[in-house]
Amino acid sequence: MCLAIPMKIIKINGIRAIAENRGVEQEVNISLVPDIQTGEKVLIHAGFVIERIDEETAREIEEIWDEINADVLRGQQA
Amino acid sequence: MTRKILSGHGSGGKLMNDMIETLIKGTLGPDSIQLDDSALLTIGAETIAFTTDTFTITPLFFPGGDIGSLAVNGTVNDLAVMGAEPMYLSCGVIIEEGLDMEVFEKILKSMKAAADRAGVKIVTGDTKVVQKGNADKIFINTSGVGRITGRVQRAPVREGDKILISGCIGDHGIAVMAERNSLTFTKGLQSDCMALNSMIAHVTEAYPGSIRFMRDPTRGGVASVLNEIVKGQPFSAKLYENDCPLREEVKGVCEILGIDPLYAANEGKVVMIVSAEDAEGIRDRMRETPEGKDAAIIGEITGEYPGKAYMETPVGGERILPLLLDEQLPRIC
Amino acid sequence: MEKSDIRQMAARLKNFKLNEPARIMEVCGTHTTEFFKTGVKKLFPENLRLISGPGCPVCVTPNAYIDRIIEIGKVYRPIFATFGDMINIPASRSSLKKEKAEGLDVEIVYSPLVALDIAEKNPDREVVFLSVGFETTVPTEALTILEAKERNLKNFSLSPGNKLTPPAVKALLNSGETRIDGFILPGHVSAIIGVRGWRFIAEEYGMPCVVAGFEDRDLVAATLLMAQMIKNKKADILNAYTRVVKENGNERAQEVMDRVFCTGDAEWRGIGVIPESACEIREEFGEFDAFRKFPVTPPEPIEPKGCRCGEVLTGLISPTECGLFAKVCTPEHPVGPCMVSTEGSCAAHYKYGR
Repeated sequence: MCLAIPMKIIKINGIRAIAENRGVEQEVNISLVPDIQTGEKVLIHAGFVIERIDEETAREIEEIWDEINADVLRGQQA
Repeated sequence: MTRKILSGHGSGGKLMNDMIETLIKGTLGPDSIQLDDSALLTIGAETIAFTTDTFTITPLFFPGGDIGSLAVNGTVNDLAVMGAEPMYLSCGVIIEEGLDMEVFEKILKSMKAAADRAGVKIVTGDTKVVQKGNADKIFINTSGVGRITGRVQRAPVREGDKILISGCIGDHGIAVMAERNSLTFTKGLQSDCMALNSMIAHVTEAYPGSIRFMRDPTRGGVASVLNEIVKGQPFSAKLYENDCPLREEVKGVCEILGIDPLYAANEGKVVMIVSAEDAEGIRDRMRETPEGKDAAIIGEITGEYPGKAYMETPVGGERILPLLLDEQLPRIC
Repeated sequence: MEKSDIRQMAARLKNFKLNEPARIMEVCGTHTTEFFKTGVKKLFPENLRLISGPGCPVCVTPNAYIDRIIEIGKVYRPIFATFGDMINIPASRSSLKKEKAEGLDVEIVYSPLVALDIAEKNPDREVVFLSVGFETTVPTEALTILEAKERNLKNFSLSPGNKLTPPAVKALLNSGETRIDGFILPGHVSAIIGVRGWRFIAEEYGMPCVVAGFEDRDLVAATLLMAQMIKNKKADILNAYTRVVKENGNERAQEVMDRVFCTGDAEWRGIGVIPESACEIREEFGEFDAFRKFPVTPPEPIEPKGCRCGEVLTGLISPTECGLFAKVCTPEHPVGPCMVSTEGSCAAHYKYGR
């Protein structure tokens, strides 16, 4: 149900594409994210691209970490 | 439902071990059956190691090997890990009628090349042909005998000993699974199928007294071997995930199919339990050989969870490595 | 985030001070497995306990579903294609694994598209794909039906067994007193249904929840955020998997799901019937519904009596308080989903004693 892997799209033709991660290549279907481009990072589940991975927002999680750091420290001292 | 033999009974997991322990060993002779990679037999003044193994792999040919080289190397390794010098092999084949003669020839050539490389001779054998559908192309059984050279004096495993692997984990099992699930590679992933007798000899020459235990982690993988070592013992086997050598491609396939490389078959690796003071020396000695160039110390024997194998994860947590019931299958959850 | 940061953050989690004991639940089988495999489960601080939810859509598949598949196999002898997870799921009297040994034709696939290829390569055989999974998988199965229709494959069908997660969480919360203080929400289901799919938990039930990814750093971050919300008594929903999950999710996937499937009541192993939690194939695609295409009357299902997974799931009892635990119900012969799920609460308790 939930096992989905970050991979990179290296070739597209029609609704089919080749995704690669750690040197392993897999043919996938891109119907669920049809505007995907080669070079983009995507989430693959059961042979389908189910979403793009947005590296920009990934940095946002760094802020969460910083927030946790600050908050937790405050929390600990409180 | 009468009890049936299931695919899991041949998987290297708990289902198989329980059947061997109770039904097979119980029936054929609890005092005569030796449950080890090879049986050690004394004939006159000589002690010899004797083993047998059957190979039913599909596909017959896979990147890095085939059923023929697998059969020879697997049997050579089962002798070598007992500290024996492999010498003679048998080769019994069961062929499904209709197999191309050319395929059979190719397999035999591969067996001959593997035997020459390992320095052993195939001296006897048997050939049977069964009706179409009663076998999957070809099955090969190889038995082997080797001389115990007395170089390796086994000592009991104890706390503080180190766990060592002779190279990257899971290559064979994961290469075959990738092939079966039509995953391809940018560079490639090969089975590690190879004979280990010369590497093991190179190590035991220098460190005869510091090797407590050796086994080639085939079906069931490294985790199953560790479970066999600690079963019913007062000590436990602890791995450090960060120290386990894994090829990127193996990690990639495991992530896609949802399987764990520690339970995948290896056909050209040996797990050793060695004394702490000689662990680095043995690892470096292994690295001097092509078969052992990626050797690594991956863990130690502790007393924390008696009878269990477990692992420290990159985040500093821990997880138990249970003996699986049967083989791993691609999963989505 | 280098390794040192993770260990530092993990230490933060381990030493986090919670005033009173709290229990948080993850509702996704892959979270159950990843919390265990990454070792993050062992980093939980004093007073904070992780309860495993119903596990995965496979573990909550009732006996009746597998019984029906086995009966179809006996009567119509199709090729079954299934995810590996389904093989060990118990039926009333058997399992796919045991039936495979009796000659049932079962192929393990990691994508429904592979099942389509099997159908194309065996035009003279019927191929039935066991369609299971939550919202992460449902769109892929919907698309497989659309592709089968396009490729005019007459020998392909799905046996619908998909389930939806929000109704299950709602059922757990509605089942009266639960000793759960917050939810760790499945990141990949959320990739499809979006953060908005879960807002009801915070808004209607005043319960804090965090959408989480599956890597060790994601699990540590989500658990820390959750612990903080519990400590500060904040009932909010936070998205700790922003690199994938958006507020509205993947709307294209939601469209495809809605086009092919409609909702219905579903039976969940060990929990009972949960309204509006099943994905049924719409009339328009009836030719691809294996249950319609291959009518059978399987023998009466034996649903396990005395299975108290429902109460284990809501944290009311611990596995050892269930009468079947470690007697009738073991990893080799699992009864309820908490034991069927290889790292579910009961399976983990049985194997690791905790």
